[in-house]
Order: sequence, then C-alpha cells, then structure tokens
Amino acid sequence: MITIAGAGLAGLSAALTCAEHGAECVLLSVQPSERAQSVLAEGGMNAALNTMGEDDAPCFHYEDTMKGGVFLADPNAVKGLTDAAPDIIRRLWSLGVPFQMKGDDLLLRPFGGQKKRRTAYAFSSTGKAVMNALIDEVRKYEAAGLIHRYSSMEILEPLTEEQDASGTEAWSIPYTAENHNPGKRRILKGLLARDTRSGELVRFTGPLILCTGGMNALFSGMTTGSASNTGDLTAAFFEQGVQLGNLEMLQYHPTTAAICGKRLLVSEAARGEGGRLFIKKKDGSGDWYFMEEKYPELKNLMPRDVVSREMFLAVHDPACEDQVYLDMRGLKKETWEGKLKDLREEVIHYLKLDPAEDPVPVSPGIHFFMGGILVDEHHRSSMPFLWAAGECACQYHGANRLGGNSMLAAVYGGHIACEDALKYLDDEASDAREKQISEQDGKNSFSPNELHAWTRVRPVFEKKLTEILAEGLGIYRDENTLMHALERLEKLGSAAETHPERRRAMVGRAMLLSALERKESRGAHSRTDFPERNDDIYCRTTVSEYKEGRVEVCFRDIPALR
Amino acid sequence: MGRVPKSTILNRRKSRRETGPSEKAEPVRIDILRRKSTDDAPYWQSFLYTPESSSDTVAMALTGINSQENLRDVDGNPAEEIRWEKSCLQKKCGACAMVICGRPMLACDAFLSELKQPVRLEPLRKFPVVADLMVDRSVMFRNLKDMSAWLQQNAEPSEKKNLPAHEASRCIQCGCCLEVCPNFMPDSSFFGMAAMVPSARILTFSKTGKGEFQEEYRRHIYEGCGKSLACRNICPAGIDIEGLLVRSNAAAVWHRRAAKK
Ligand SMILES: Cc1cc2nc3c(=O)[nH]c(=O)nc-3n(C[C@H](O)[C@H](O)[C@H](O)COP(=O)(O)OP(=O)(O)OC[C@H]3O[C@@H](n4cnc5c(N)ncnc54)[C@H](O)[C@@H]3O)c2cc1C
Ligand code: SF4
Ligand code: SF4
Ligand code: FES
Repeated sequence: MITIAGAGLAGLSAALTCAEHGAECVLLSVQPSERAQSVLAEGGMNAALNTMGEDDAPCFHYEDTMKGGVFLADPNAVKGLTDAAPDIIRRLWSLGVPFQMKGDDLLLRPFGGQKKRRTAYAFSSTGKAVMNALIDEVRKYEAAGLIHRYSSMEILEPLTEEQDASGTEAWSIPYTAENHNPGKRRILKGLLARDTRSGELVRFTGPLILCTGGMNALFSGMTTGSASNTGDLTAAFFEQGVQLGNLEMLQYHPTTAAICGKRLLVSEAARGEGGRLFIKKKDGSGDWYFMEEKYPELKNLMPRDVVSREMFLAVHDPACEDQVYLDMRGLKKETWEGKLKDLREEVIHYLKLDPAEDPVPVSPGIHFFMGGILVDEHHRSSMPFLWAAGECACQYHGANRLGGNSMLAAVYGGHIACEDALKYLDDEASDAREKQISEQDGKNSFSPNELHAWTRVRPVFEKKLTEILAEGLGIYRDENTLMHALERLEKLGSAAETHPERRRAMVGRAMLLSALERKESRGAHSRTDFPERNDDIYCRTTVSEYKEGRVEVCFRDIPALR
Repeated sequence: MGRVPKSTILNRRKSRRETGPSEKAEPVRIDILRRKSTDDAPYWQSFLYTPESSSDTVAMALTGINSQENLRDVDGNPAEEIRWEKSCLQKKCGACAMVICGRPMLACDAFLSELKQPVRLEPLRKFPVVADLMVDRSVMFRNLKDMSAWLQQNAEPSEKKNLPAHEASRCIQCGCCLEVCPNFMPDSSFFGMAAMVPSARILTFSKTGKGEFQEEYRRHIYEGCGKSLACRNICPAGIDIEGLLVRSNAAAVWHRRAAKK
C-alpha cells in the first residue's frame, strides 16, 4: 500500500488518484486537512482556459511559467503541468468548487508575471474552497475503505535501509553514493510516526509520497505560511542522503505585513484588481507610484521577485520615506463586494485599517519555497521508493514561482506522483499491506527520552537559526553576508541538542551554500556582487547533498524540452 | 544596483507604521486549566505574559510563555510546556479553538487588550482533552463521514449556487458552535452546525427531492436542532449559519429551493 504523508492539496490529490485507481492508501497528517496551509491560499489557480476572449493557450502558460522561473524549471514537467491545467480546473469545478463565474463559464483574473487573464478563483479564499471540495471527495473513499486516514500522526523519522542497488538503476535521478558500499543504495522502507492524541508510536511501510509542505520553521515567524509545516521531514530525509534542489530560491512576497507571530499576506489579487504600490517622497512632493513609472507594461503586476526588489530599493532611496503602501482606494465598490470581500475584512481585522479608505503599509515577507526535495518529472526523489509533491518538492517553479501556479502544481504533482508510485505496487500490493498492519504492533518500543530527542526544538535555537538565515538570505545577498551567516551557523549547529535542531542547521547550511555558490542573479536570487544573469554556468539546478558528514552543493544540467 | 545599502535584511525591520505603537505594556496574568493527559486530573496554573504590542493575541501569549527557558508559573514554580494546537495564526484553520474567558474562541483571534483579566483559558468542554488546551475533535470528522457528506454526482455550478456553496465552504471545523449548543454531545445523533454548514454545500449541488443525503441531514441535523440559535453569534468565521440553515432545511426536508433571502 502507498503511504501519503501530508494532507494538503498535494496529499489529497495523491490520495484521490490512488482511490480512483481502486488502490488503497494510507493518508497521514499531523492535523486534519482543514488545518493544512493549503486552506490559506487566496488569489487563485492558473490554467489557460481561454474564457476571457484573449486567445490564451497552454503554450502561453508554459512560456510565462518558464520565463517567470528564469528557465530553471524542468521544461517537460512544466509542459505537463500547463497542458493539464484546464482539465484540472474543470474537474475541481465539477466537484463543486465555487469558482467565480461569468455567465456560464469561468471568470479569470489577472495575476503577476502573466500577460493574459488565467487565474480561476473563489473570492480571496480559493485555497479554502478547493480544499473543501477535495476533502469531501476524499471522504467518500475513506468511507469506502480505500483511503485509510490518520489525521493526528506526527511523522518523526524516515525508515531507510542500505540495500543491493540492483533493480533501482532505472530510478531516474542519479544517486551519487560514493560514501556507500559499491552496488549498495539507501532505499526507503517506511516511516515512524507518533499519534499526537495517544502518544503511541506507529510504523508505516511501503512506498511513500511526501507532501509535507514548505520549510517555515527555518524562518520562524517570518513567513506567511503555517507553523505546522516545519520542514523537519525534508531535513530528516536530507540527512539520509536525499538530494535537495534550488534551496537558495526563496520567494519574498511583496505585500505582507507583520501580525502576531507571522506575516499576513495581502494577496496579489489586490494588485490584480487594481491595487497600486507607492512610497512617499521626503521632500513632500507627493506619492511616487514607482512600479508604474518603471514598468509601464505590467506595472504593479511584475513577477514577485521584481516587485520585492523594487520595494527594497524604494525604501532605501534617500529621497523616499521608509514605508511602501498598497493603495486600493481606487477600487470600485463592486470589486470589494464581489471579489475582495474577505481580503478587506482580514485587513480591517488584523491591521485595523480599511483598505478601501486608507493605503495599507506593506513590506516583502517569505512566502514560498521554490526549492525542496529534488524530483524528476515523475516526482521521484533521489531515493528509491520516495516521491515528493507540493511545496516540499522542487519542481515547476524554477527561480521564481508565479502566483496561482503552486496550488495547481500541488494538485497536479500529487496526481503524477501517485500515478508513478502505483506502477511500483503491481506485484507487491497485498504483501505491503499485510506488513503494514502487522508492523503496527511494534508500537511504543521507544523510550520517552528517545522521543524527546526527536521532537524538541528549543525556541532559542529556532530564533537564532531564523536570525542567521535571514541575515544571509535577504532579498539581496552577497559573499560577505553569506560567509558571515555560515560562520554563525557553524557555531549554532555545534550547539544543537536534538535531531531536528541538528538537521535544521544542516538544511540551513545547504541553503546558505547554495546562495553562495550561485554566483549570479536570477529570479528570487539577487547577488549584489554578481548582478548579472550567467546562463553559461548557472542555467542549471542547484543540488545539495549530505555525504560523508558534509553538506555539498553542485550544479546539474536541466533536461531539454522533448 | 549601486544604491543597495549594506543592511540587506529588509524583512527584519519592523516599520513603526506597520506594527503600530509598541508602548511597553503591563504584564497580563493568564490562568490555564491544565491536564497532563486524558486520564490525569485537571488543575489551574497561572502565568505572566508581557505583551510585545497592543495587538497581541492569546496565541501570541501562549507562544511567548512556551518560549521561556525554564518555564515558571506566577508563583515561581517550574512548569511544563503548555500544550495547545495551532497552524495558520490568522483564524483560517480552526486549530487553536479554546474557551477564553468563558467563551469559545480562536486563540489567534482573541486580542489580549479586549479580554477581561486575568485571562482564563480552558479546553473546549465537549471533546476529550488530550493535554492542557488540546482536545480530540475527531468526532466532528467522523460525523461528516457517517452522514455521507460528499457529492453524489458532479456539481452543476451557477453564479447563484456558488454564493451559498462558498459561504458553506468557509467552515473551519473549529467546533466553537458545538461548544455552546445545548443539544450537541459527542455521542449524540445530532451533529450540530459544524455538520450543517458543510452539508449546505452538498445540498446546494444535489438534485432537489428525496435522496439518501437528504435523509441523513434530516436525521442528524434537522431533527436534533432546537433552533434556539444559541450558536448564532459564536462562529469565528462569521458564517451566516441562520441563512444556510433555512436554505438547507428547505432543500433537505421540504424538498425545495429556498427563496433567495
Ligand atoms: C497565505 C498564502 C496564500 C497563498 N496563495 C496562493 C494562491 O493564491 N495561489 C497559489 O497557487 N498558491 C498560493 N499559496 C501557496 C500554496 O497554497 C501552497 O504552496 C500549497 O497549498 C502547498 O500545498 P501542499 O499540499 O504542498 O502543502 P500543505 O497544504 O502545506 O500541507 C502540508 C501537510 O503536511 C502535513 N505535515 C507537515 N509536517 C508534518 C509532519 N511532520 N507529520 C505529519 N504531517 C505533517 C500538514 O499537516 C499538512 O497536512 C499561498 C500560500 C500562503 C501561505
Ligand atoms: S440552533 Fe440551538 S440546537 Fe440548533 S445548533 Fe444552534 S445551538 Fe444547537
Ligand atoms: S460553523 Fe463556524 S463555529 Fe461551527 S465549526 Fe464551522 S467555523 Fe466553527
Ligand atoms: S491557528 Fe489557525 S485558526 Fe488559530
């Protein structure tokens, strides 16, 4: 039986695919799906549905996605994604997602980095609406006994084994296993989890699709995402030799604001519907709408990396004040009521001002991890029998994700991963399932001390790590700050007391090293000491690997479009 | 690129205007009804928390208290980390529901400045306590499964149907409405508004007339609800429960579409 870890959009989509094939799966998450970060998604989901009379087609969606990601994404994977997108949206629509409509067809909104309107949405709660429809559909298969659901399982450890490598040569991601015995390869065997309600330890065996989301705990309190997505599993797999890709590619969303314990996103839809960014001039000469002046074509809807950098430059411009505002005063009443009702309510609630009347002070905040577990177009990781999909995976978004592409990628990726994983079940299906049930008897065979060593991260450690990574991985980077951050991290890492602490420091190191080694500026990665893009050397994937006790970073060619 | 200043850590800079004035606040006393595990006896323990800004929430306070090295209570006794559930921190996931000063609320939506002091925190009372403020709400999800809450056939969406469907899909399964409902108990056949709201989406996209789901709805929602509407102003998502209830009853029990309110 396939095990799916994480029950956000990617996990639900994988489980649904599995059930629709009549196969059984286990769906694990630490909280029910209603609590997954996917419910926060606001602005919408992209597909070249061409309902707006703009002659849109998947090939244009493909071009925008590749260009937005500055050609760092796998073109074959992106082609698959953009070709499948219209059917995915129509399928979700038929599952009762209340996407906004125009007559009998779907209404699409403009979104950053795209010249045509192709973002389907449900007010500014698209993620919640899509999740709800998928949750209900998955429930149907739970009741039918095909999806075995555990929604209070905190996954602690991957279970892997070094095995004879024969039979895994065809596994497409190359595995650089010099540190292992020749002919041997580390293979995934299963997972160890703890039921947060009963405290019991449970093992799950069989092929695994990891859908556990981004690495928010590395930037604690600084991201727009969910505190439940720590990235600890990604880190645990990294320690076991699983390769991570493009870790330096962090998306700073231009319009966020600090609220209690996190950053509140003001959706890109605000700009899609006419919101404008400005900064005040110190000499009192008025408000400067810098995006409109500098980018007359896409204006406020330039890709996120560009907008974030421009905001950074504006607040550091000696002629300007130090706060950028999002001006939504010009939006029509119908737009507020019909399209941005919930966005307005949220801003009033948490920021105590009405965006229809006052400009909203905003600044860039970490919003998305383009990097993660390196996967091929079938979503296979470098470790046999481990797949990854959704935000924990590195696929589709290259150096910068377009708004509206990650919900799509999570749904599509979960589906593709499951399709591929099912191929590996053919002969072993019943076998794996028996094992799973009988191995659950191995519960509680770990002492409380061992358990503590797995789960605990001291808040002081988390805070320090965040500080260090924020220093090195700001909107602009350079060798000096990166080297300084690496030095500080070295010290912090040696003071790590638990497994997750040690592993977070390891992934943090890989992020800093990735940013250091990529001596160019591309997408979300801007080096002041290397301001130009350098395709000759760096139009390649950054690969991080942990071997022989060291974090190593190299670059790997991107496949050509077939 | 020449103008890029030395400090490249923009996002760490909290602008004054963005966070509001942060005059040094007085410490707030937080009383918590604690319990080590399901089988242990409950006890009260108090902590002091000094807000970082005037807009601090209960969620912020709990995080702050838990981040103290060698946590101590108000009397200086060593205390264990307080267990509670969170995820989104922006009232969109329902994880952090608890009873705050006697009222079921979301911790990330309860501003300290608006609460009576000392701030009293208790776990939701309708569900088994796992530890401290963390409860086991699995019955809510089981109920939805028991009443077969899923679409029987493909939806045929329209602008008109989308509005109630959207309203229904806003339910965050927090359980606050169940807390105040006199008729809901975890083992009762009445499933409460937490099941009615998601059902409203199903009914909106179902054919009118008698059907299995309509029957489930009748048994688990319509028949058990006293319609006192004690639950009306509790929902932290601000869902129009009354409107959806009228609509769903009309569709499931009277087999007709409700007139648009
Ligand atoms: C505020 C906000 C707005 C957004 N808006 C948009 C948008 O408009 N359009 C768009 O395309 N994208 C948007 N995104 C991005 C998009 O929502 C996410 O990238 C996407 O939903 C990720 O889905 P996922 O399935 O990978 O992960 P998630 O939904 O994050 O799910 C992760 C799952 O893993 C589980 N999990 C994590 N760790 C463990 C563990 N150790 N043990 C067990 N379970 C674990 C969690 O419980 C959860 O079920 C937005 C993101 C944010 C934060
Ligand atoms: S109306 Fe009364 S009985 Fe019905 S759900 Fe609300 S509180 Fe419960
Ligand atoms: S109806 Fe409202 S109060 Fe009840 S579970 Fe849903 S969101 Fe919570
Ligand atoms: S943490 Fe999500 S509602 Fe409070």
